[in-house]
Amino acid sequence: MATAPVTHHDAHGHGHHEESWFVHYFWSTDHKMIAKQYMFTGMAMALIGGFFAYCFRMQIAFPGIDVPGFGVVSPNEYNHLITNHGAIMIFWVAMPVLIAAFGNYLIPLMIGCDDMVFPKLNRLSYQIFLLSIVVLIASFFVPGGGFAGAWTMYPPLSAKPEYGLTPLGASLFVTAVALEFVAFLMGGINFVTTAMNSRAPGMRMYDIPMVVWMIVIASILFMASVGPLVAGAVMLLFDQNLGTAFFNPDKGGDPVLWQHLFWFFGHPEVYVVLLPTVGIVAEIITVFARKKLFAYRTVLYTAFGTGVLSFMVWAHHQFIAGIDPRMANIFTITTLLISIPIAEMMFVYIATLYGGAITLTTPMLWALSFIATFLVGGVTGIFLGASGADIYLHDTYFVLAHFHYTFFPIAIIGTFAGLSYWFPKMFGRMMNETLGKIHFWGTIIPFNCIFIPLFVLGAAGEHRRIFDYTNFSELARPELRQLDQFATISLLVMLGFQVLFLFNLFYSLFWGPKAEKNPWKANTLEWTADSPPPHGNWPELPRVYRGPYEYSVPGRDQDYWPQNAQN
Amino acid sequence: MSARPIATTRSAAGMPTGRLAVWWVIASEIVIFGGLLGSYVMFRLSHDSFASDAANTNMYIGAFNTWVLLTSSLFAVLGHKAAEEGNGPKAARMLWLTVGGGAVFLLVKTYEWYEKIHHGHTLSSSTFFSFYYTAAGLHALHVIAGMIIMLFVANTARKNLELHRVELIGIYWHFVDVVWIFLFPLLYIAK
Ligand code: HEM
Ligand SMILES: [Cu+2]
Repeated sequence: MATAPVTHHDAHGHGHHEESWFVHYFWSTDHKMIAKQYMFTGMAMALIGGFFAYCFRMQIAFPGIDVPGFGVVSPNEYNHLITNHGAIMIFWVAMPVLIAAFGNYLIPLMIGCDDMVFPKLNRLSYQIFLLSIVVLIASFFVPGGGFAGAWTMYPPLSAKPEYGLTPLGASLFVTAVALEFVAFLMGGINFVTTAMNSRAPGMRMYDIPMVVWMIVIASILFMASVGPLVAGAVMLLFDQNLGTAFFNPDKGGDPVLWQHLFWFFGHPEVYVVLLPTVGIVAEIITVFARKKLFAYRTVLYTAFGTGVLSFMVWAHHQFIAGIDPRMANIFTITTLLISIPIAEMMFVYIATLYGGAITLTTPMLWALSFIATFLVGGVTGIFLGASGADIYLHDTYFVLAHFHYTFFPIAIIGTFAGLSYWFPKMFGRMMNETLGKIHFWGTIIPFNCIFIPLFVLGAAGEHRRIFDYTNFSELARPELRQLDQFATISLLVMLGFQVLFLFNLFYSLFWGPKAEKNPWKANTLEWTADSPPPHGNWPELPRVYRGPYEYSVPGRDQDYWPQNAQN
Repeated sequence: MSARPIATTRSAAGMPTGRLAVWWVIASEIVIFGGLLGSYVMFRLSHDSFASDAANTNMYIGAFNTWVLLTSSLFAVLGHKAAEEGNGPKAARMLWLTVGGGAVFLLVKTYEWYEKIHHGHTLSSSTFFSFYYTAAGLHALHVIAGMIIMLFVANTARKNLELHRVELIGIYWHFVDVVWIFLFPLLYIAK
């Protein structure tokens, strides 16, 4: 990490002295350093998760192949790879990068204060997060191997080692997830409290940049939904190790209870990761369309409304788990209802773009592609939300394609959008635009080539958790196998293009052209600090006079109007 | 590293940062206990065996412990009052009394569990008892955590430092109390 050497000078009494290298990079309480820790850790985990995807996709497309870099994939290894791919991408990539990295970096800078309200809690949160990774990775190497019972951890596979075949791996997996939750609970309390209390003088509710609102709402959603799953994780650990039978029907327990506890968290969780990206996209499209965000308040209320509704849809994951059909009807209705606010937000963004002076920079390309791809994900969710259709589509590749059309835009596109946009601020240098654009097309085209075929496969009835289709004559049809191979080859292409990104990232980090304070001519406060901002962010903390999206205001000679400019 | 950031001293929402944060801690704890107790209630409503198992719990012990916790909360309030008056040493004494209440609670609990296990009602003997130990155990962990934090707070308050923390730990302690007030009828009274 080559941030320009931090000026160890101290404008307003932080009382910090010449720090050692270790303290600076690993023991810092500075929100910007913690953000970078989360960012790089999350990206490293993405490499692991991506590698896992490569391994199991090779097996699916070319059954029995000796996968280069891994070897022959055994059935249990296959399940292990899939399970951990999903868990890593959601809990150790999307959460740390979108919530923790961007939240830590942006909240104090965008609301104009010098740090999080509890810097030490912040540091502790990252350390617990790191510990959760250690536990997770350790679980891959214990006797019996890592957990292989799907990221949703349904009992009895997760509860009984004689079914799951991973006696120790399962417990370590649950422990790792629980530790990760603790880390994000601490982080969330910090984020929400900071945003509520530490805003710059003059910054009113509706002057807060959308991305800050979104991360705050996401943190609240997380806090409100994760509790039952924390309790569930404790119960599951007891079932695994202490002989209780909360989820064991032989002894009076109920396995579906776990599904309720999991999805009561799991569905809000998809909005927890969605909202930060929706916020990132709002910042980017307003800057590069030079327009005010269309209907700021509506977006905000919509996000709150979505948050509330997201607690009432969870059982759409359980339509065929034996729930009462009358209940399925109710959840169908709520699920269809929730697509309205989501669609509305997308329309608001399109309306923001309408008539704007659009420049297609790399961040803007990512932001626009978010809208386009996420729409596909959202629309296919409606099919799945109708309980009748879902009886057929459940647990097929259609579901898998649906949620990759949502998660990929959220986690991957959102990260690239945010990182390419804030990179100049974070590291004080510019990234290469040409490489950025090549990488963009090299990612977005293969992405669609991977998942469109999977919609087709799912509609044809291909079940999503099968190790080798050649054993099932009706699924082993050559035309279906070819689609799988096409998807896998597209994945290889997409992974290949990520090398370009890593090159651009590290090259720009050290040798990119120096960035000025405000290279994109944006309004929000972070662009008034140095690039990168020193410890404490500003020599004197800013004051706010207006909302964040005053672009192209008639009668002004500049087409932007920073929030802190007096007039 | 010791000075607080300016961020911590601001209060745009009109509430001191510490108090705001404690409320958020409590909000996230409520859903943890909510999930556990919600599951328990669902089971309870659909399994008759729970009622016969619940008959084995000792309501008098539970009631005594409720009284102990409520009394300790009173000391926490008195501690807060002393802290507001700027009387650190008195606040610390009140916190010690609160910790004492927590200790009595835990002792009684230990006796109660010892007796239950002695009679063959263990964590794994039935789903009711699984809930009984898990819920009360999770609650007891919160009692222990609260006591430890309280000792630290008392130690600084004694020197008239960081007196606002007395209120914060008090709020948390009341929350722990309220959780017990839900546990007591659910596990001991409803038979
Ligand atoms: C915010 C973006 C979204 C994300 C990140 C997301 C994510 C997911 C995930 C991860 C799953 C599969 C879980 C599993 O079984 O492993 C899933 C399934 C499902 N999603 Fe979404 N989703 C999103 C939006 C929507 C919307 C807008 C709807 C409906 C209007 C929807 C409806 C469904 C339904 C009904 C299922 C269950 C399908 C089944 O398992 O049979 N989703 N989603
Ligand atoms: Cu869902």
